[in-house]
Amino acid sequence: MADETAPPPPPPFVGPLSDKDRIFTNVHGYQDWGIDAAMKRGDWDNTKKLMEIGQDAIIDIIKASNLRGRGGAGFPTGMKWSFMPKESKDGRPSFLVINADESEPGSCKDREIVRHDPHKLIEGALIAGFAMRARAAYIYIRGEFIYEAKVLFAAVEQAYEKGFIGKNACGSGYDFDVFVHRGAGAYICGEETAQIESIEGKKGQPRLKPPFPAGAGLYGCPTTVNNVESIAVSPTILRRGAAWFNRFGRENNRGTKLFQISGHVNKPCVVEESMSIPFRELIDRHCGGIRGGWDNLMAVIPGGSSVPLVPAREIMDAPMDFDGLKALGSGLGTAAVIVMDKSTDIVRAISRLSYFYKHESCGQCTPCREGTGWMWRVMERLRTGDADLSEIDMLHQVTKQVEGHTICALGDAAAWPIQGLIKHFRPEIERRINENKGSAPVMEAAE
Amino acid sequence: MPKVKVDGVELEVPAGATVLQACEMAGKEIPRFCYHERLSIAGNCRMCLVEVKPGPPKPQASCALPAAEGQDIRTDSEMVKKAREGVMEFLLINHPLDCPICDQGGECDLQDQSVAYGRGASRYDENKRAVTEKYMGPIVKTVMTRCIQCTRCVRFAEEVAGVPEIGAIGRGENMQITTYLEHAAQSELSGNVVDLCPVGALTAKPYAFEARPWELKKTHAIDVMDALGTNIRLDSRGRQVLRAVPRINDDVNEEWASDKTRHNVDGLVRKRLDKPYVRKDGKLAPATWAEAFAAVAAVQHGGSVAAIAGDLLDCETMFAGKALVEKLGGTMLEGRQTGLSYDVSSLSSVVFNTPLADLETADVILLVGTNLRWEAPLVNTRLRKAIKKGAKVFAVGPEFDLTYNVEWLGNDASLLAKLPDAVVEAFGKAVRPAMIVGGGVLAKDGAHGDTLALVDTLGLVKDGWNGYNVLHFAAARMGGLMLGYATQGGIKAVAAAAPKLLLSLGADEVDYAAFSNSFKVYVGHHGDKGAHAADVILPGASYAEKAGTYVNLEGRVQFGEKAVFAPGDAREDWSILRALSEALGARLPFDSFDALRVEMVKAVPALGVEGLADYGWSLPKLPTGATGELASPIKDFYLTNAICRASPTMQQCSAELVHGESFAEAAE
Repeated sequence: MADETAPPPPPPFVGPLSDKDRIFTNVHGYQDWGIDAAMKRGDWDNTKKLMEIGQDAIIDIIKASNLRGRGGAGFPTGMKWSFMPKESKDGRPSFLVINADESEPGSCKDREIVRHDPHKLIEGALIAGFAMRARAAYIYIRGEFIYEAKVLFAAVEQAYEKGFIGKNACGSGYDFDVFVHRGAGAYICGEETAQIESIEGKKGQPRLKPPFPAGAGLYGCPTTVNNVESIAVSPTILRRGAAWFNRFGRENNRGTKLFQISGHVNKPCVVEESMSIPFRELIDRHCGGIRGGWDNLMAVIPGGSSVPLVPAREIMDAPMDFDGLKALGSGLGTAAVIVMDKSTDIVRAISRLSYFYKHESCGQCTPCREGTGWMWRVMERLRTGDADLSEIDMLHQVTKQVEGHTICALGDAAAWPIQGLIKHFRPEIERRINENKGSAPVMEAAE
Repeated sequence: MPKVKVDGVELEVPAGATVLQACEMAGKEIPRFCYHERLSIAGNCRMCLVEVKPGPPKPQASCALPAAEGQDIRTDSEMVKKAREGVMEFLLINHPLDCPICDQGGECDLQDQSVAYGRGASRYDENKRAVTEKYMGPIVKTVMTRCIQCTRCVRFAEEVAGVPEIGAIGRGENMQITTYLEHAAQSELSGNVVDLCPVGALTAKPYAFEARPWELKKTHAIDVMDALGTNIRLDSRGRQVLRAVPRINDDVNEEWASDKTRHNVDGLVRKRLDKPYVRKDGKLAPATWAEAFAAVAAVQHGGSVAAIAGDLLDCETMFAGKALVEKLGGTMLEGRQTGLSYDVSSLSSVVFNTPLADLETADVILLVGTNLRWEAPLVNTRLRKAIKKGAKVFAVGPEFDLTYNVEWLGNDASLLAKLPDAVVEAFGKAVRPAMIVGGGVLAKDGAHGDTLALVDTLGLVKDGWNGYNVLHFAAARMGGLMLGYATQGGIKAVAAAAPKLLLSLGADEVDYAAFSNSFKVYVGHHGDKGAHAADVILPGASYAEKAGTYVNLEGRVQFGEKAVFAPGDAREDWSILRALSEALGARLPFDSFDALRVEMVKAVPALGVEGLADYGWSLPKLPTGATGELASPIKDFYLTNAICRASPTMQQCSAELVHGESFAEAAE
């Protein structure tokens, strides 16, 4: 217990992360992904002992670690696990679904985990599945990940051979299966309930909630859907303790995180860093700085295509975490940082994202089905300036009509990039419209 | 019973109600497209958005949200108005502006709701989407550009009709509703998707470009295509019935109707008998009413008179026919045209004893010799509901695809005497066991007795529950049996007695060769088998052209009204019989339809009371020991009576859906 004379808590650790604190020790694939190499790196090291901690105790440790879901929404993982029923009253089994349908433009972390460190994921599946009393885990891997799926199938096979999963997994007496399910290349199947539908063999369309998957999910059974990274970090958290994990990042944004930096930096990369690392340090330390220097930075999409962009001056020294980016009107998302320098045609960039959402909308509910196409078409005209000034406001209204009116968050995701563009780059859009009309920007004095 | 507040008004709603239902209970109208009371909740049109506190700061789909204690629901806030306008705008941007040539015009949910909740003008400057037509069979016409992807049709096909053949393909704005392989939907209920479709994407093919809804006179009638007594509304213009649509009656047809019920109406204007005929020199020749009556009066019958009732008759016609036969000194009345001769000493042993709505709660069901899908499609949908709740179904008889899992025990009537132990055990544990006995059983000697013996063995009758059900498929059957249209020995006995004068009341399924020595007077509406065999034809009225009382297979007495006048010189059947009685010197004691009804109710009081007639419960001792195969009495669902045989639509359905001919049209 802290007494009153205790010094104020030290400022949070916000990087840089030292190698000994990295969870993903083979994220760049310099070593073999196979089980022997993975065991040398510490995976599957006495997993039975981790399971002996006890199911509720594991969930408590994860809760105490303040791990927030790494799939984008940032829901506390331990709390999610605790929603699962402690015992089956009606004989229904529980399931864990692991979301490896990484399709968000800019995101590429799950892919690295799956192809270079698959055993972290499979061990995590066992630990998480055991803690939530699941009978099996389904790993839903994106259809385009062909090599990754091959690796994952082989890795699961290896784990079965060693007896780490399957009947009496790791000698713990707990039976646990892991199935790999390949998607067919639909972004929407990354939404948890659409993913469940897809595993069941149906058209990937999000379900209405409630009921939530923890009550009735896969095949009507209690189900938790977690991101690959959330699952893969859990064995290490158990081994090194919640307090260790809590050392990184600011309050409410703890832990380490795989950042994926793409775009106009000198060395794009995927790197594990402490949460809350300032943007400038992340870029300078790992990516060799912005192409053309910091003055050349125009805007950043900090969390994958679904979050609004942030202009350069606001992001430069912002902490890269859930709350810090939320304060900027954006979000951490999957920490897929898309950096755009001043050579970028920003309207075209956002228009391309609009095309993506138009293409990937499942078509189930009205605002998204009809709105994404409309927004993209208007964006394309704004790109060339073939529009009327009033259409900027109309487009903004249309995004507002989509946002918050849909079954799942794809509608929001389609709306936010455009809202961000209009908020921060309206003059650029107006310039194009005016130029297209053959006149310089109207700057006459009143007569 | 949670208490909620809707627009400031507090009310208590039943547990399990949705927010949408709560709003309706509060008298608020909630616009919707995808939500339908009898289908699962999809929540995809987003039209029913309301504001709910506590909850996220965005509007919620009220159709899918359970009403919970303490909710503060607003349907009149700015947020809700904006949300509705927004969704309405999205629905309209890709919807074609072809209302003037759309059959749904005037009864279109999209039209109505855009007037009520839309913004008034469009801001959409881009090109609209066009979607290729899909082939959905002879009943359903598609204009898929109009589709708003509410998926009601998909859910109906899967959940109610049990044919998961309609679905969505593609995604985003390219999502299309289709029958997966562009086959006709193999369902006898496909016409219902036309009613369900909130826009003009699915319309009735036979009714295409026929009429506008506001031109139509709407008459409440009872369907006669099967014994269910589907409550229908006949929409007519001038002297022609243009369409039949179901009315809601939760005790009978819910809100569905079979394709035969809907689309037989084009048969009402074809092959009609519109003037009397008299056979001269072996050939039927047109005649006047007076000549026709004179020809009948010339017959020296000496009291040897019989009447055969057809399948489509109302009770009044049968009562008038019976009164005439008795007045002339005859006794023989028969309605079971195909030769069935089951025992009718207790009507409770030949009726569907379980009320249809209760059938949904049955937990173990044995089907004997019946193809429910053809004999009574809407009984089949009830069974589907029971099965969804977990009921187990066994069946004896020829195998059919009934759209759900059935454990077929074999097609051998002798099985009835020695049911497998598993079946007996399942019935032993059942709380609400039911048996459905089809026409195939009644046709088999001893099989009826075998099924009656099972009443005790299987424990079908319990306190407040009677699970013994005989399934008829002739609309006139139960009414006919109540009026005494059953002779010991059936139609064979009637033929053996060789009546001098045979009154055929729309009987088109009889083998008239057995009556070659009788003078046959046909009172009916279509030039079908009965008319071909007749010596005198007196043109009558079809079910759409006369008011009448009908008794359905459960013994439910229902009244239908007259929609249009019969064509030409044709008259209502009762008045023909009344006039004929005068000509034969045996004047019937009623001068009006109402007076006839009074007489009929005096004779059979149950026919005067709408609702289930009480037949008591007593079982006759019948011979048992049937052996051999059971056969389904219906060979072709779409051609079971004179009206549908005259209907081009039913002919095409038969050719395509029963006989597999392909009518797929080239893409336009």
